Amino acid sequence: MTKAITLAISLIAIPASADWQINMNEGVTALSREIFDLHMLIFWICVVIGVAVFGVMFYSIFKFRKSKGAVSEHWHENTTVEVVWTVIPSIILIAMAIPATATLMDMYDTSEADVEIQVTGYQWKWRYQYLDEDIDFFSNLATSREEITNEAAKNPNYLLEVDNPLVIPVNKKVRFLITSNDVIHSWWVPNFAVKKDAIPGFVNESWVKVEEPGVYRGQCTELCGKEHGFMPVVVEVKAEADYEQWVADQKAMKLAMAGEASKEFSMDELIAQGEGVYNMSCAGCHQPNGQGIPGAFPAITGSTIATGEMDKHIDIIVNGKSGTAMQAFKEQLSAVDIAAVVTYQRNAFGNSMGDFIQPSAIQK
Amino acid sequence: MAVQNEKQTKRLAVRLATAALVMFGFGFALVPLYDVFCDITGLNGKNFNQGPAQIVAVDDSRTVKVQFITVNPADMPWSFEPTERSIRVFLGEDRQTAFYAKNPTANWMVAQAVPSVTPSEAAPYLHKVNCFCFERQPLEAGADTEMPLLFVVDPELPEYISTITLSYALYDLTGEQKVTQVKPSKDKGRVSL
Amino acid sequence: MATVDVDLPHVKDEDPHHHGPAKGLGRWLYTTNHKDIGSMYLIFSLCMFMIGGTMALIIRAELFQPGLQLVEPNFFNQMTTMHGLIMVFGAVMPAFVGLANWMIPMQVGAPDMALPRMNNWSFWILPFAFLILLSSLFMPGGAPNFGWTFYAPLSTTYAPESVTFFIFGVHIMGASSIMGAINIIATILNMRAPGMTLLKMPLFVWTWLITAFLLIAVMPVLAGVVTMMLMDIHFGTSFFNAAGGGDPVLFQHVFWFFGHPEVYIMILPAFGIISEIIPTFARKRLFGYASMVYAVASIALLSFVVWAHHMFTVGMPLVGEVFFMFATMLIAVPTGVKVFNWVATMFRGSLSFETPMLFALAFVVLFTIGGFSGLMLAIAPADFQYHDTYFVVAHFHYVLVPGAIFSIMAATYYWLPKWTGHQLNETMGKLHFWLSFVGVNITFFPMHFVGLAGMPRRIPDYALQFADFNSMASVGAFIFGFSQLVFIYNVIQNVRVGEKATA
Repeated sequence: MTKAITLAISLIAIPASADWQINMNEGVTALSREIFDLHMLIFWICVVIGVAVFGVMFYSIFKFRKSKGAVSEHWHENTTVEVVWTVIPSIILIAMAIPATATLMDMYDTSEADVEIQVTGYQWKWRYQYLDEDIDFFSNLATSREEITNEAAKNPNYLLEVDNPLVIPVNKKVRFLITSNDVIHSWWVPNFAVKKDAIPGFVNESWVKVEEPGVYRGQCTELCGKEHGFMPVVVEVKAEADYEQWVADQKAMKLAMAGEASKEFSMDELIAQGEGVYNMSCAGCHQPNGQGIPGAFPAITGSTIATGEMDKHIDIIVNGKSGTAMQAFKEQLSAVDIAAVVTYQRNAFGNSMGDFIQPSAIQK
Repeated sequence: MAVQNEKQTKRLAVRLATAALVMFGFGFALVPLYDVFCDITGLNGKNFNQGPAQIVAVDDSRTVKVQFITVNPADMPWSFEPTERSIRVFLGEDRQTAFYAKNPTANWMVAQAVPSVTPSEAAPYLHKVNCFCFERQPLEAGADTEMPLLFVVDPELPEYISTITLSYALYDLTGEQKVTQVKPSKDKGRVSL
Repeated sequence: MATVDVDLPHVKDEDPHHHGPAKGLGRWLYTTNHKDIGSMYLIFSLCMFMIGGTMALIIRAELFQPGLQLVEPNFFNQMTTMHGLIMVFGAVMPAFVGLANWMIPMQVGAPDMALPRMNNWSFWILPFAFLILLSSLFMPGGAPNFGWTFYAPLSTTYAPESVTFFIFGVHIMGASSIMGAINIIATILNMRAPGMTLLKMPLFVWTWLITAFLLIAVMPVLAGVVTMMLMDIHFGTSFFNAAGGGDPVLFQHVFWFFGHPEVYIMILPAFGIISEIIPTFARKRLFGYASMVYAVASIALLSFVVWAHHMFTVGMPLVGEVFFMFATMLIAVPTGVKVFNWVATMFRGSLSFETPMLFALAFVVLFTIGGFSGLMLAIAPADFQYHDTYFVVAHFHYVLVPGAIFSIMAATYYWLPKWTGHQLNETMGKLHFWLSFVGVNITFFPMHFVGLAGMPRRIPDYALQFADFNSMASVGAFIFGFSQLVFIYNVIQNVRVGEKATA
């Protein structure tokens, strides 16, 4: 029955989003437009060559048919012709290479930037650190599991929505320092024409100067493991004043969070919050039902860690486990989140330890 | 005819097999070749100069912004950050800065910082006189430290470069250290970058 | 076409069913006959084509609609990885080696391959390589899931346990290809009939000679790179591990040093096949034989200096980007020459359109479209938008499916009657062609659109705006996939019974 509903929902959901886009976006930066123009230029050159070559070919196919009595001629060499069709394509190629090189040089502009942001790829989320502002947050997929598994209707930004988008000011040069924490990722926003690989142990740079405020969406474009398709990039471009306001809000929020950590929570509050944290940060590997994937990711149910000593349980979440896919979550989760998810894991999925921990006791 | 042909064939096959073996070796030779190539071209942004600098003249007409960022790989529990996010230096000027590291775990650990520079064209002009990344850094359980970096930016730095970003990724080598106890990192050319 | 040695109903004579089982098996196990080995290569390749194709259909079925319906993301990644590996190393390459085994001795006037016992061995290790690779699907942690390009550190530090079996499998495949290549070069250089100078050889022989040299040059590099992975995983070295001072980007350089010539290994023999078929059905000699040979040779040479165009977004310095962009664009010149020559061969010929010719014509048109998208991808700044999107997937499927695969099918329709002595069923052949042609285009053309609109490759689920073209591609894939059953039926019919060949 649920299957039938699922299918019905997905069938209804799709026609609503009919979208037959066939070309690249022009984008919202001077550079993205330059690249778009280059793309169209080469496309039209290819079309012209294609029409000429296929034209002669189809002319031959229709004109010189044996069934129409065509008799083949005997020539099979002509040095002049062969030289001509070696030289002319070479000239066309040089004509293409000149604007391409000019665009490339624009992309490699290294003049000083107004805002600098370190972008770090994690399996499977992005971390944004504003280098001059002391703002540091993670950006996770916000689409619900139910939408992905077809148990709920898909919203228009399905798979292209995050909890915390990157926020940048309009008309300012923003420089991205792109690196990775584990495997190779690639940070791509099509409307900016910015795509750079995030490589562990290396730092790459790229930059953007966006001309229109708005929300721009992209995705990770380098296969980075199981949830590669589920780590979108969302960038919110704000007017200068709005951006300043956002920066101030972020700082205020950080102070508020610090206060939160010293509050006392009840076990039910922690479990309720922990479920959300679990689904966002843990369910990707350990699965929404806590069963894990045999051979790859251990189950939470009956795990020696989630049903063992509290300190060890906290330690593995805070510091990760060397040589495995288990990351250190101390940078990603607040003390409240860690206390919540630890409490949740110990009291869900058939685990019933009955104990819980206060955020103030979490040592990061 | 046939016999001679067979001999020829055998000889050719042996030669081709040798060529295949040579190419197998070449695959491995690509590793040091790549390093040399990167050294010349700056392909991977790791061709820094190391050791005492030869530069004497300070060019006090031009400054460059040197920016420090840090990355903690997935399973590294240390806190690790620059004490200064960015500094403006004169070209040719000796500058010292430091990175803060803390081992919050209950175990003795050892780490190796791996540097990277962007734009990669700037790497050959960033001269590290002394760097904590030259050696592995041990820390006792719960201990913290400030690790020094002494560097000079070569006055020859191309005009178009206005910012140099130096990034360090800090890797946990505790496991490896236990196996290959006293192997100075200088021996492994690729480690001592 | 040199119809030197048409050894007629030999498959019928030696059909294993007419002998005792033990003897029958031994006949195939110990055979050193180039035709037997060629047949085994082709049958093996067809089996792999069906297995790899089934995986492609699993991928397309999952992508038919947004949302996860059929498979887990992790299994999806295993499917894309295995599909790529099996199609490249199991379907396309062995098929060309099979065709080479059958045709090269005949075309150069040799009684057999130069090293018949090695020939037997180079085939028989191949099934084991793929058994090992396929068995990894049933291992805990699953099969390799890091893409056929297996970029480190996803394929080293973060790989499933089965990666070791994958490495072992790749070693065996590599050994098989190298032995095959040595054999082909030795046959061509040492066993030509008196009077057949190099520039009198059929083009299929020429393209294979050059391909074989490419194989000897780059398969060992692939073996080297997987050996380095093996050492990183099991022996504590740090070739690709930044923690030990290694460099994950180095992996990509070494891999693509192999990978780009590999692309031409999969297309040069196809050029040879097409250069044989078009003149036959145009009833006119191939235009510009010498320039065809030089074009193939220069494509092969250029393939060694363009590898980094697969890596425009890894953060190369400007100089590197410009160099690899120029070098890559240069490849368009000899490739263009080949297409122009094929068209000139047809011009003022006397064309007829039997099944092999239909496949050859589709090859010229669709491969050229793949070439155009290749040229677009070569433009480094634009590549920042195309890289790792479905545009790339569309590009390489256009050069590999209606390129390499269509040429193999054309070759089968063209040469199989000569091997079995039976004419293939022309109606069924045409049906197979039109279904494949329509299927291929419905599958891969829309991928250009979703790629440009921003859909990354290797994702099990996608945003809603890509839904329509993805459903379309999935429908096309099933048409293409199932139309191959017509082909298989036709071939089996032909081998078992059939009209006597008239040619």
